[in-house]
Amino acid sequence: MSNSEAIKFDQFPNAEGHFGPYGGRFVPETLIAALDELTEAYHRYRNDPDFLAEFDRDCTDFVGRPSPIYLAERWTRKVGGAEIYLKREDLNHTGAHKVNNTIGQALLATRMGKQRVIAETGAGQHGVATATIAARLGLKCVVYMGADDIQRQAPNVYRMRLLGAEVVPVTSGTRTLKDALNEAMRDWVTNVDDTFYIIGTVAGPHPYPMMVRDFQSIIGRESRRQMLERTGELPDALVACVGGGSNAIGLFHPFLDDESVSLYGVEAGGHGIETGEHAAPLCAGKPGVLHGNRTYLMEDANGQIVGTHSISAGLDYPGVGPEHSWLKDIRRANYVSVTDDEALAAFHELTRTEGIIPALESAHALAYASKLAAELGPGKRILVNLSGRGDKDINTVATLEGIEL
Amino acid sequence: MSRIERRFQALRASGRKALIPYVTAGDPHPDVTVRLMHDLVDAGADILELGVPFSDPIGDGPVIQLACERALKHGVGLRDVLRMVQTFREADQETPVVLMGYMNPIEVMGHAAFAAAAQEAGVDGVLTVDMPPEEMDDLSQQLADAGLDPIFLVAPTTGDARMRLICEHARGFIYYVSLKGVTGSATLDVDAVSARVDHLHAVTGVPVGVGFGIGTPEQAARMSRVADAVVVGSALVRQIEARAEEPEAAVRAVTEMLRSMREAMDAVQAQSA
Ligand SMILES: Cc1ncc(COP(=O)(O)O)c(C=O)c1O
Repeated sequence: MSNSEAIKFDQFPNAEGHFGPYGGRFVPETLIAALDELTEAYHRYRNDPDFLAEFDRDCTDFVGRPSPIYLAERWTRKVGGAEIYLKREDLNHTGAHKVNNTIGQALLATRMGKQRVIAETGAGQHGVATATIAARLGLKCVVYMGADDIQRQAPNVYRMRLLGAEVVPVTSGTRTLKDALNEAMRDWVTNVDDTFYIIGTVAGPHPYPMMVRDFQSIIGRESRRQMLERTGELPDALVACVGGGSNAIGLFHPFLDDESVSLYGVEAGGHGIETGEHAAPLCAGKPGVLHGNRTYLMEDANGQIVGTHSISAGLDYPGVGPEHSWLKDIRRANYVSVTDDEALAAFHELTRTEGIIPALESAHALAYASKLAAELGPGKRILVNLSGRGDKDINTVATLEGIEL
Repeated sequence: MSRIERRFQALRASGRKALIPYVTAGDPHPDVTVRLMHDLVDAGADILELGVPFSDPIGDGPVIQLACERALKHGVGLRDVLRMVQTFREADQETPVVLMGYMNPIEVMGHAAFAAAAQEAGVDGVLTVDMPPEEMDDLSQQLADAGLDPIFLVAPTTGDARMRLICEHARGFIYYVSLKGVTGSATLDVDAVSARVDHLHAVTGVPVGVGFGIGTPEQAARMSRVADAVVVGSALVRQIEARAEEPEAAVRAVTEMLRSMREAMDAVQAQSA
């Protein structure tokens, strides 16, 4: 970690939203004023005792935080190496870490007087979390979702509609998450006066990568305290899956100064990095500009964004949050990938040995953690972010096994 | 003096306003783009705005999104667009050409390499929709070194201090976005736009063009009373969309529509002369 020794991680991003060469605000001019307004409001409330108290109260009473850490004993024994602990974000209300962020942003929206919230969603988890908090706060909610994802994730679409949200199919481009994000941006450009855009991950223009990270850092703050209470020590390694990167940065950020803790972000290797059919920009992409920030991307020689593939819709995104790009370059975090097949094997393994059905996204982190546990060996401890539960994925898994539900 | 400045100076001398058509390079087919550019000039275009196709055009409405998709089906990239401009320049050394697009294709080519290649091809100005002046340091230096004009957007939401900052960076002309929305929207408020354009004129000597949502000859004429330039995009591209399978007919329909806008604008100028 010698490269990052002198870095004050809590001072990033800078005022312009840059993490080293990454991040920034690459958006049409119409949105700049809205981003200024949001940045100002966020700075006003991020340390405001009333705001923080309301956020904490919602996290406790509505979400069920703190989420526990759980020692996966049988699985650890089976793998035969380092102890594997799970941070149980799957136990949150709505079933994933996404809700931590939507609560934070929705509380900010109400303080800014915005009566309409919009969101993009891939797997539907962020859409459900946004629709949930909108229902609770009485906000009008519109969720953009790729037409192909609407097909793949029908139960979540219905869930959002039950919650009173309007789900708008996006038919442009690849008809998946990146196109849903494009369409949400276009909505925001058009309805900028009364609308708050709740972005679901640590991507987008400044201040989103910072703001979403701060809301999700509750994962890492709890984990740090819980591991110290439980084991008297910090874990040796943290492992989290990386789509846009919000559950990973939420876990990592409070540990960035702890040099003894190694960090592993796990991208979707799809059919294998060598096939080109994956969603692993940090492992196999190059820096570029998309969705308002400079970051690692999957693109062709002309700078067009290319289609991605992952078994998990929540990781099926060609970009990644800019802070991860920076952590990669300065080597504070390691970015690796696992394939669809490896993730699927881990999905079954955890389900059968621990009685926990993980989200397919989280299964990527689990698959890598089992390799790492074997490598590190007994006497070490790994904490894995179990970012969500797998109920939403049982149709996908059943279809792969040739079973009709 | 840049080709764009020369063009505005000549227009001012003759009491006319600039008409700037936008088309996406490669739409409906890369083979007809250069001829379409020449035909647009014949139909009364003063400056050409050529769209660089991009997979994720967040500032554009459905019409230009689909134009990008049609061009991308033919694999049209930034280098191809520069080759089209170069071919256009063989027969036309006078009409300024502005590239309009998004940042990532330029990032991939490299700022310096892009600026040099664009200058070499005969490009005059560069408008990157997702590149505000704050992020522009390196690119704007490279463009300046190559003698290219950076064209900036000013929006209805742009505050006064920021508008002044943009005016300081702007060369060629300033592009005033006439509405809150993406390209091709239909909520033009001519009076509100007029007030903002007057304000811009008070702040800067750089010519002011107005675009987004100008769809009819009548709207073009009304805008030309206040602005130095009128940009028409989606309305033209819609003509192509309706004839995407017949490139020749598409070229004819686009040029006819532009000609009707030219006539409407010139009628206004004849009146006020
Ligand atoms: C359970 C779960 N984990 C992870 C992700 C990926 O997002 P991020 O990388 O922002 O945590 C998603 C996204 O839908 C998700 O639903």
